[in-house]
Formats: sequence, C-alpha cells, structure tokens
Amino acid sequence: MLFRGLALGQYLPVDSVVHRLDPRTKILATLLVLIVVFAIHAFAGLAFLTAVLAAIVLAARIGPADLLRGIRPLLGLLVFAFVLQVFFGEGGGHPLVRWGPIVATRENLVQGAFYSWRLILLVIATTLMTLTTSPMEFTDGLERLLRPLQRAGVPAHDLAMMMTIALRFIPTLLEEAEKIMKAQMARGAEFSRGSLPRRARALIPLLVPLFVSAFRRADALALAMEARCYRGGEHRTRMHELRLRMCDYVAFVLIAAAAALALLPPSMWRLY
Amino acid sequence: MIRCERLTHVYGRGTPLATHALTDVSLTIDAGEVVGVIGATGSGKSTLVQHFNGLLRPTTGRVLLDGVDVNGRGTDRRRLRQQVGLLFQYPEQQLFEETVFADVAFGPRNQGLSEEEVRARVHQALEQVGLPPAQFTSRSPFDLSGGEMRRAAIAGVLAMEPRMLILDEPTAGLDPQGRREILAHVGRLHSARGMTIVLITHSMDAVAQLCKRLVVLDGGRLVADGPTRAIFADPGSLAAIGLGVPQMTLLARRLRERGVPVRPDVLTVEEARAAILEALARRKNSAG
Repeated sequence: MLFRGLALGQYLPVDSVVHRLDPRTKILATLLVLIVVFAIHAFAGLAFLTAVLAAIVLAARIGPADLLRGIRPLLGLLVFAFVLQVFFGEGGGHPLVRWGPIVATRENLVQGAFYSWRLILLVIATTLMTLTTSPMEFTDGLERLLRPLQRAGVPAHDLAMMMTIALRFIPTLLEEAEKIMKAQMARGAEFSRGSLPRRARALIPLLVPLFVSAFRRADALALAMEARCYRGGEHRTRMHELRLRMCDYVAFVLIAAAAALALLPPSMWRLY
Repeated sequence: MIRCERLTHVYGRGTPLATHALTDVSLTIDAGEVVGVIGATGSGKSTLVQHFNGLLRPTTGRVLLDGVDVNGRGTDRRRLRQQVGLLFQYPEQQLFEETVFADVAFGPRNQGLSEEEVRARVHQALEQVGLPPAQFTSRSPFDLSGGEMRRAAIAGVLAMEPRMLILDEPTAGLDPQGRREILAHVGRLHSARGMTIVLITHSMDAVAQLCKRLVVLDGGRLVADGPTRAIFADPGSLAAIGLGVPQMTLLARRLRERGVPVRPDVLTVEEARAAILEALARRKNSAG
C-alpha cells in the first residue's frame, strides 16, 4: 500500500490502566504536560518529566517501537532545529568549533540539546494520548469539555461531530486516493518523477476524481444521517456516557503533582 | 504471455495487520486467450491482476511478461503498462478531464504520441466502445450516463492500444442494458482484434458467455484452473467457496433431476435451447 507510512489511526487497542481512563482526564493531563514542558527551564525538570512519561508508557503497555514511530516523521525537524540553535544561536560564550564566520559555542550546544529534548517530550506526550485514546473517545471527551462554552455560542456538538466524521473518512479517502492513483498509473501517469511543477500538474488526475467522490460521499452521508432523523446535538442521548471514576481523579492528582515537581526551580533539585 | 511463478502477496507485512492476499499462485496466460477470474469477495482477484502490470510487487515469486521479469531492474514499467491495460472496478471514478476527448487522450499523451496520432487513437477507442466520437468527444465526462461513463473509461485504456486487457468487474453496478453492451464490446475486442482478455467478475453468466478458460481463487489460493465447461461441471465445490454456476447450467441440471435427458454441461442460453430441443426430440422418438 502506498500510504502505509502514514500513522494517522495510531490508536493501539490494548487493555491497560491508561487506556481505560476517561478521555477528558487524558486530554487535560496532556495539556498540562504540554504547558509544563514549555515552562521548564532546567534539565533536571526535563529528566524528571521524561521519567514520568516513561512510567506512563509502561503502564499503558505500549512498546517503544510504536512510540518511536510517532517521532520518526519529526526527526528532520528535530535535527534542523538543533543545528540552527547550535550554529546560529546567541553570540558570545565558549567557542567549541569555528568554521569561517560560523561558530558553535558550548552554551548554544547545551541550549540546542535542551530545545530538542523539549520537542521530543512534546511529541511523546501527544503520541501517548493518541495511542491510548481512540478517535471516538477523543471527540467525545472534547465535546464534553467544550460543553460549558456552548452558552458562549461554541457549537460543541457540531464541532465534535464534524471531527468524528473527518476522522472516520481519512482511511476511506486514503484508500480511494490509492485506487485512483493506481488507475491513472495504469494509464501511464507518473507521480514521483519530473520537476516540481510537473509533479504538481500530475496531481490533477488524482485530485479531481478524489474531490468528486468526496462530495458524492458527503451528500450520501448527509442524506443517510437525515434519513435516521439526525438533527444536531439537542436532546441526544449517548451510548457511552463518560463518567469520571476514582482512577481518573487519582491519575489527575498524580499528573498535577508530577507537574508541580517538574516545575521546581533548579536550586531546589540540587538540595535533594 | 503472462506467467506467474509461485506468486505470494502480503499486505502490511511486518505489522499486526499483515494479511496474505495471495499464496503461491502459479499460472500462465497465453496471447489471444480470454480468461475469467472468479472467486468470492476478498479471494485475491484484484490483487492478482495488479501484479500483471507491475502496480503491485510480489512479496515472493515472479511475474513474467513475454519471459521478462515485470519487476526486474531494467524493465520499463511505463511501456509495460501500455502493453497490459488494466481497468479498475468502477473505472468512471477515474475520469477527470473537461471533455471526453481529453480524458481518453490522457493515456496516449502520457505515451508521448503526436497530437495526430492521439486524435486517431481516441476516435478509434471511442468507436470500439460504441460512443460515436462526433457526439461524445466534446462533452463533459461528468454529464454522461453511468454506462456511458464506464465505456468512456474503457476507451481511456483502449486508446493506449494494449495487447492485453484486464477488466476488474466491468459490469458492476450497471443496468442489464449497460451490462450487455459492455460484455458485447469486450467480446468483440477479442473476436475482431485478437486481444488477450482477463475478466474478473462475479457473474457466472458473463464468464460462461465470454471465457473459454477459468481461474478460480479462494482465500488467495489458486483452487482450479481449466476449461470453463469443466469447472462448471462441479457445482458442489464451487458452492463450497461461495460461487455458483451459470443460470443455464442450473436449468439443465434441474431438468435432468425431473427426468428430461438434457446435456448437463450447457453454459449459455443458445446452448441450453439446442440441448433442450434435442432432448425433447429424443424423448418424442423413443415414445413414438
């Protein structure tokens, strides 16, 4: 399959404590971790947070290979950011390597390592959530979290429904794109050769049929939903009611405690 | 001309979702043959034929076209795809140009032919599928009826002048009229031009009508390969893998069960008619 490399439906259906948590807990915990990652200014904090995430990975019974698959697409960006920081960071400091006008200083090397580590933690935290939360649970959780905003005019239910539908159709459209691509290749089309403008033009025979069919599908889906009396979020009951349980509270307290610890100033870390 | 040697294809190899779509399939299709490929949904029919023009690579095994490895290093895959035309399921979904002419011309233009030659090819291809060029070239493919769209898509493959044409369920979703027309055009491509044809279909009547030889797949394995009449002589094993026999074969069998001595191996309406008349005549003679 041409699109095998794309890990969009990342969810790994394993039975673990982390998988069973309420999606709201996981969304909020992830948000908290993201904020903390940006607020940390010491290596010790990052190291502590890495240990916390490692513990969650173990609890979620996820193999390191699955986790790394989420990081791989960002590897280029990581290297780029690191190189940029090392060679073009702030001036001054202790030079290590000199190459014409370009100087790598120890300070910038350390900074580069720090930013890269931060970026890796960001990706791990979000990957961890998508690996343990099915798209359906995620949108359910998001809808519930956005519900208080409904009074302010945010159409929480409709947003969640749109997201659910979009997620539902990504694999379908990928499959379709693959089929159309093959059909055009059978007529001598080339998608991976030639100059950039040429390649862009080569996409027309793929995109036009793909859009035509996406619109047709959207029409059919709207009709099918209306035929089953869908009229938006009001008075809808749900098959799976989200309920916060004891383990959710415990998990959230633990994450909050970990976040607070990670944010302790470096001087405090040195004391213990 | 096409030869598969111990062809195996695994989708998603190395992932938890790995599935064996084809297992150890070996077969040869000679130039000028009309071969039907039958099998239940998911038996590997489409996967098999996508190896014939190099769209899929075998996981193990080889595919040879005229003795040359399709996936060999020096193979010109574009030339290969020009020689082995492949029509996908619901081919009208691949139409994209503003006019029928431009869409049918897509293949020949990719071959780098002169504009004159492209024109000639498009006109000829449209004629072959029964869409008079004078009426159709300037219309939008999206304005055509379902059957016309399907035929325009077939013309798009024929315009490349392949020696071999593979059709994946060419009649799916068409009305009886559209179905008859498509099958008639396919039959004519073989009888008039000697084109090698591989037909994937769920219609036992269609293969009975068109194909001399059948290849039967079940769960990715080749379970039978032989003359159509011989394959349909064994309804039991076909039923076991979710297939049936042509309506007329069934009719002949039922008549025999009721004591009418009809030949059991009829395939088409014409054959059934002849066989029944013959049986009735025989009965009359023996009675009188």
